[in-house]
Parts: sequence; structure tokens; C-alpha cells
Amino acid sequence: MSVTAEARPVTAPAIVIDGVSKRYATGAVALEDVHLEVRRGEFLALVGASGCGKSTLLNLVAGLDSPTTGRVSLPGGRPTLLFQEAALLPWQTAAGNVELALRLRGVGRAERKEKAVELLDLVHLSGMGDRRPHELSGGMRQRVALARALAQEPDILLMDEPFGALDAMTRDLLHDELERIWSETGVTILFVTHNVREAARLGDRIVLLTSRPGRVAAEFPVNIDRPRRIESPPVSKLAVEVTAALRQEVARHGR
Amino acid sequence: MAVDQRELDRQLSGLDALEDDPAGRAGRLASLRSRIWPKLAALVLAVGAWQLVVVSGWRSTYVLPPPSTVFSEVSRIAGTGAFWQALGVTAGRAAVGYAAAIAVGSVIGALVATIKPLRTAVGSLITGLQTMPSIAWFPLAVLLFKPSEAAIIFVVVLGAAPSIANGLIGGVDNVPPLLVRAGRMLGARGPTLFRHVVLPAALPSCLGGLKQGWAFAWRSLMAGELLLILPTRPSIGSQLDFARDLSDAPLLLAYMIVVLVIGIGIDGAFGAVDGRLRRRRGLVDTAT
Repeated sequence: MSVTAEARPVTAPAIVIDGVSKRYATGAVALEDVHLEVRRGEFLALVGASGCGKSTLLNLVAGLDSPTTGRVSLPGGRPTLLFQEAALLPWQTAAGNVELALRLRGVGRAERKEKAVELLDLVHLSGMGDRRPHELSGGMRQRVALARALAQEPDILLMDEPFGALDAMTRDLLHDELERIWSETGVTILFVTHNVREAARLGDRIVLLTSRPGRVAAEFPVNIDRPRRIESPPVSKLAVEVTAALRQEVARHGR
Repeated sequence: MAVDQRELDRQLSGLDALEDDPAGRAGRLASLRSRIWPKLAALVLAVGAWQLVVVSGWRSTYVLPPPSTVFSEVSRIAGTGAFWQALGVTAGRAAVGYAAAIAVGSVIGALVATIKPLRTAVGSLITGLQTMPSIAWFPLAVLLFKPSEAAIIFVVVLGAAPSIANGLIGGVDNVPPLLVRAGRMLGARGPTLFRHVVLPAALPSCLGGLKQGWAFAWRSLMAGELLLILPTRPSIGSQLDFARDLSDAPLLLAYMIVVLVIGIGIDGAFGAVDGRLRRRRGLVDTAT
């Protein structure tokens, strides 16, 4: 097992991906024999180049799709998925989006209002509840999406390049924000990104996937104290190491 | 180097304030004014052209009266009981027929949009029906229902329902897949997903279908009322026919203006609802 498993207290797994393959009807193999375990409360960053099946893997874990062979089990509890775009319902206000998540979970009307205000406070959007998605910036929208995901009280947060479309400044602040929420709630996070620095900034562990088909290529423990900064030397040093491995993997596909 | 929580709060709110676009929420009164004057100008031009044709002496004023005569005729009939009775009958038919068309169109649209085999079976049939002039249904309607209210309503429904159904089907087809995935991730399935995600996402297209359906309903109703005059039920259509029988051109044109005004009024109402819907969803470019 990895170094981190020994360094931290060993805890029960939250996500078990056991020999999972995914082949599409077209014959394309997105994932091949993927084995991966994410521990409870762990922040796992999954990196890979294009075509590594990162999004496919998240869809499988989220239950939006099912594997061709192998199995995915979630002893850690219920998952929810955050997309690269906020995917807010444009006809609802920010609060309405959060309230819908609560409503679909069976939370009563009066409690919904209160809870939505709390959740928007949590992501630093106090007083923005009446805004509609188009009246919010990209970073604000993504925070509403985060509040909506948290409204589901998930045990596992699956994130599909959630900050990929944001500018560097906003992304940097949202890293701090996500780290804070993660440490406060103890949620398990499986975070997919193509940004190696982001992975080193956030993850307890980085897993590198190969491309076409996606397979686990390498694993890097992140033994850097939190809170971290994306521009700090240890983060950069690890990013260089992971990038080198990623480049080799990409080069394999050239001719 | 610890991240100070208060410092993070300040940075985030500072960034939010910078990214917030105050120009995005401009006054609405100015845009209302800028939309009204072109309409007034068009009205003045149309009435002016009409006046010119009359002045040119192309037809005698007995057949083609000037605008002033017709407008005073409009205000005269507005004071008569016969006008309001006719308007009431026509409005009642329009309301009943359109409501029935909404019911039929929505049910068919929802079924066809959600059930794949049904789509392949009747999808193009609905479009075919939509292109068929509803007046062509009239002879059959009279055979089926005798010359009666039911015959008129039947034609109105056949005129409007295909557009309403098509609007719903098109709307459901164009729901962004991402929103459906987001809805499923929130735990919405089947009818719950349809109600909270698919239907609201399809609403702008549905509204387009409703608007087009109304236009077809109104045309079908006028055609029906002109063809089928029920002696005990005076309507706008029958008043038009009556005015022609009497060769009363001012009365005829006055009723035509009533028909036009009703059409424009309802279209304006649809436009207002549509505009509100689009503004709320950020589908209006506020920069222009």
C-alpha cells in the first residue's frame, strides 16, 4: 500500500473500485481493470491526460452509469457529483437551487428556507440567495453548486474538474474554500483534474491514470502540511514530479 | 503560513464585488419606452397609407370609408349591446377551444416526448396536422357534430393542438443533458425529474408552441364563425357576415379592427410573458 496509509491512521474505505472496465457500444474502451480505494475522509486527486476516462470513472462511482465488468461499492455512504459547469437550474434562484436539493431529500418547507440560507452562508454567498444563476459570476455559480451538493448531505463528494473553467485568482480562493469545507465536514472527496498543481495543492494522495484505456499508472502520496498554497515550493516540487510521469504517459501515445 | 479564515472571507467578497456587473441590471422603463414608439410610428404609417388610398379616389368612400369614419364606427358599436354579446360569444368559444387544445396538446405532447415508439409512430403526423389548414376540417366537423358549437370548437382544437404538442416535444428534446444529469444526481427520477427539471427547462419552447397555437386557434375560430352562423349565437364572425350582407363598409371594417386588436393584444401578452421568462433565465442580451 501507499506511504500515506502508514503515515495516517488506517481508516475504512469509502469508495472501492474493484477491477472496473468500461467499454462503450462503439467498442471504445474507456477504462480497463481499474483498482482504486478511497478512504473515509480522504481527499483523493485523480489526474490524467485527455482520454483517460476520468469523467467515465466519476459517472460510474456516481451511479449515473454502470461498469462493463468489475464493481464499484460505496461503503462510505451516499455520493454526489459536481460538474465542471455549475449545472444550476437557470429558472431557479441560487436559494431555489439549493432548496430543490433539500426538497428532493424530503426536507420540510420551512426548514428548507432556513437550511438554504445556512448553506449559502457556508460558501460565502450570504444575501445572494435571490440572484439567478446568470446574475452570478462563474466562481459564485460554482459555489452555489457546491452548496447544492452539500444540501444533499453527501458522504462522498465527486468533483469533475469543478474549477477548470475559472480564472486562476478565483480558483485559488476556491481551493482554500474547498479545503476548509472538507476539513469541517469530514466528507470524502474524489477530485478529478487535469491540473497537476491543483492536485498537489488539494490532495492527500494523487493517482495518475493512463489514457486509452484508462488504468491506474502511478500513485503519489502528498506529504505536505495543510493549509497549503499552490505556489509554495513543496507543492511545485511534487507537481514537477507528477507532471514528468504524466508527460511520459502522454508521449507513449505519439508515433 | 496559515490561511486566516477572516482574510479568506474578505478576499472572496472582494472578488465577488469586482465580478459583479452592475450594468447587468438596468432600468426597465427606458426599454419599455423604446419599444412603444416604433409601434406607434407603424400605426401612424398604416393609418396614413389607408387615408391616402381613400383620398386617391380608387374606390368610393361608400365601399372604402376613411379611417375617421371607421374609428367613430368602432366607438359607436362599443356602446351597443349587440357588440358585447357577440364579443362574449366569440371570447367564450376562444377560451373553451383554446383550453381544450392546451389539454389535448399537452397530453399528446408529453406522451410523444417521453415514449420513444410513440415518437416514431406519430411524431411526423403531428407536424403534418400542423401544416393542414384547419378550415379543411370544417365539412367533416359539420357532418360529425351538426352545425353546432361543438363543430366550431372541434376545428379550433384541431387547429391549435398540434402546435402546442410540437412546442412541448421540441422543448423536451432540447433540454440540456447536463441539467438532466444534475437533476438525477439530486435524486430526481421519472415524474419528479420531469416536473422539476425537464418541464421547466422546456418552458420557453412550450410557450412558443402556445403562442403559435393561439394564432391558429384564433384564425380557425374566425373561419368557423364566418362559415357557420348559428342564429341564436351572434358572434364577431357572424357580425362581419351581417355587415357584408348590408354592404355596411364602416361596420365591416370596425369589426375587422376589433379582430385585429384582439389578436395583437393577446400576442403582446404572450410576448410579455416570454420576455419575462427570458430575462429571468438570462437569455436576453442586456448589452444591446
